[in-house]
Amino acid sequence: MTPSNNPVLENALVKVRGLTFRRGERTIFDDVSLEIPRGRITAVMGPSGCGKTTLLRLIGGQLRPDSGFLVVDGEEVTAMSRAELMQLRKRMGMLFQSGALLTDLNVFENVAFPLREHTALPESMIRDLVLMKLEAVGLRGARNLMPSELSGGMARRVALARAIALDPMMMMYDEPFTGQDPISMGVLVRLIKLMNDTLGLSSIVVSHDIHETLAIADYVYILSAGKVVGRGSPTDLSQTDNPWVRQFVQALPDGPVHFHYPGAAFAEDLRL
Amino acid sequence: MVEYRKIEILVGAFVFAGLLALTILAMKVSNLTDFGGGDGYEVKAKFDNIGGLKVRAPVKMAGVQIGRVAEIGFDNKTFQAVAVMKIDRKFNAIPKDTAAKIYTAGLLGEQYIALEPGGDEESLKDGDSIVLTSNAVVLEQVISQFLYSKAAGDDKSGS
Amino acid sequence: MLELLQGLGHWTLSGLRRLGRANIFMLYVLGGIPLCVRRFRLVITQLFAVGVLSILIIFVSGLFVGMVLGLQGYNTLVDFGAEESLGVLVALSLVRELGPVVSALLFAGRAGSALTAEIGLMKATEQLSAMEMMAVDPLHRVIAPRLLAGIIAMPLLAAIFSAVGVFGGYLVGVGMLGVDDGAFWSQMQSSVEFREDILNGVIKSLVFGVTVTWIAVFEGYDTLPTSEGIGRATTRTVVNSSLAVLAFDFILTALMFNK
Repeated sequence: MTPSNNPVLENALVKVRGLTFRRGERTIFDDVSLEIPRGRITAVMGPSGCGKTTLLRLIGGQLRPDSGFLVVDGEEVTAMSRAELMQLRKRMGMLFQSGALLTDLNVFENVAFPLREHTALPESMIRDLVLMKLEAVGLRGARNLMPSELSGGMARRVALARAIALDPMMMMYDEPFTGQDPISMGVLVRLIKLMNDTLGLSSIVVSHDIHETLAIADYVYILSAGKVVGRGSPTDLSQTDNPWVRQFVQALPDGPVHFHYPGAAFAEDLRL
Repeated sequence: MVEYRKIEILVGAFVFAGLLALTILAMKVSNLTDFGGGDGYEVKAKFDNIGGLKVRAPVKMAGVQIGRVAEIGFDNKTFQAVAVMKIDRKFNAIPKDTAAKIYTAGLLGEQYIALEPGGDEESLKDGDSIVLTSNAVVLEQVISQFLYSKAAGDDKSGS
Repeated sequence: MLELLQGLGHWTLSGLRRLGRANIFMLYVLGGIPLCVRRFRLVITQLFAVGVLSILIIFVSGLFVGMVLGLQGYNTLVDFGAEESLGVLVALSLVRELGPVVSALLFAGRAGSALTAEIGLMKATEQLSAMEMMAVDPLHRVIAPRLLAGIIAMPLLAAIFSAVGVFGGYLVGVGMLGVDDGAFWSQMQSSVEFREDILNGVIKSLVFGVTVTWIAVFEGYDTLPTSEGIGRATTRTVVNSSLAVLAFDFILTALMFNK
């Protein structure tokens, strides 16, 4: 299963090669290589604390790897200056787990924030753009609410509208389904799929919610203990004979995981 | 935007209040306003001893402040202190034979120069000198004189 | 014994490291000043938070401090028959020392702690991180306007404190205790120097403004992104900036009023 055999991955948007990242004593990624194809939804899955969020931060250049390199859209993130990173990030959207809305601004101003920061558009145009984005996530009516008045799912949708405000080339979703009720989970699943297809985005979804993620993902990586343990389309993965991947995908209570990881994951939980 | 307007108004009021407070401090509390500029003429006076007189100490006439001490120097030939007084232009008819004395306001207060007018027809002009001066009363001298005379008196009564 | 030495060494090194981080942080923040000048609205919004919202406590404290000065000063001066100098005493104490120092301490408690908590919370809720991912530098967009607002607000608050304090001293001295109205003001005016006293007081409060706001925003930015971390950072802001204000006050006083 070498990646270059797959024609979709040839023209990958994000290429990760030999990535090693340590946080203190702990190795989070150990010589990881993977590709994120263009125009597709790629899921990065794995148990909590396996460094899924860290991967997104590395792609966004917020963290620097100890060794290895990342290439995004032909540019090497690891070698970029601060200014170049800023330029790159304008073409990236990221949805944070908590939404990360700016609490002192209302919904409208939150979505308008990237536009106001990076463009000199007239007020009327900003208004039109913001209302368009809010309409896309179904929250045009909530534009005057403050973030504290929103439910978790609504906050995430506003954050999604904000993330697509500058029409990025790629979207990164950090645990978009965690802690959502079934309805808003369904809404988010549909939105991610819709955004990817209608806006021509490339999406990376980091999650451990197997069911929802596999429903929309075109390609899936499964990480564990700093290594890629499984990769392929959702159908490939459901037919895999790798015991670890099978346990994870089928959510079996017993399997290789219980032998190796509860101790480590627990210790890490304590540190959080 | 209504919200922002309110914030702007309140911030404006805050900055205004701060600047107003500064102005009050400058005008009402400090001496920025009086005898600050070059509006006045300078008169010199030599003293054998100026005691604790300081620059910017008041110059008074009949108890009314008419100027300030602008500069204190030392005459290398006569070994006297030279006090340059800046006197407000309004008081331009001070007789030439006016006397200058150094007094203390209260027992422990600051020292100032008191001018006592003479009878001359001509008045002081910029750069003039006051000839008649009397020195500061130095507390130590007064006390030692008092003790000395007391001791002398005791001696007399004793013999 | 060795452990004691090690503890001392650890404490010194981590302190120096923090100091270094704070300086680098400040350098980056200063890079955001052009943005603040270009978009002065950001600063105005923060001026509201740190300035307008601090006025009440500054006003009330100034009034009371002035009134206490009036009472205490009168009781001391009347023994020397020098109660006419009450104005001088009240004004000089306020303008030189109490105005800048007490208002800086109050500012640290009121605005400094709020700044730390706000920035710490923005960090904990990933708002700063989200800004970075939106290609907005939080040091320029969030920290720099707050720093600038703090530096602008502090001298104004100190001036309000002193002016109100003088008025408080006047109320007690002239209104209650019967000091002569004219003597109160004229003695004050003849003894308080504009450059020597008032300008130096303003310079002091500017230095305190930089110190307190710097400490507050740095503690907020450097906090552990947990509720406990934020709580500790807030306490540290108040303690450290109060100590820094008092230390700087001594140094500045020694430099300024050392005749």
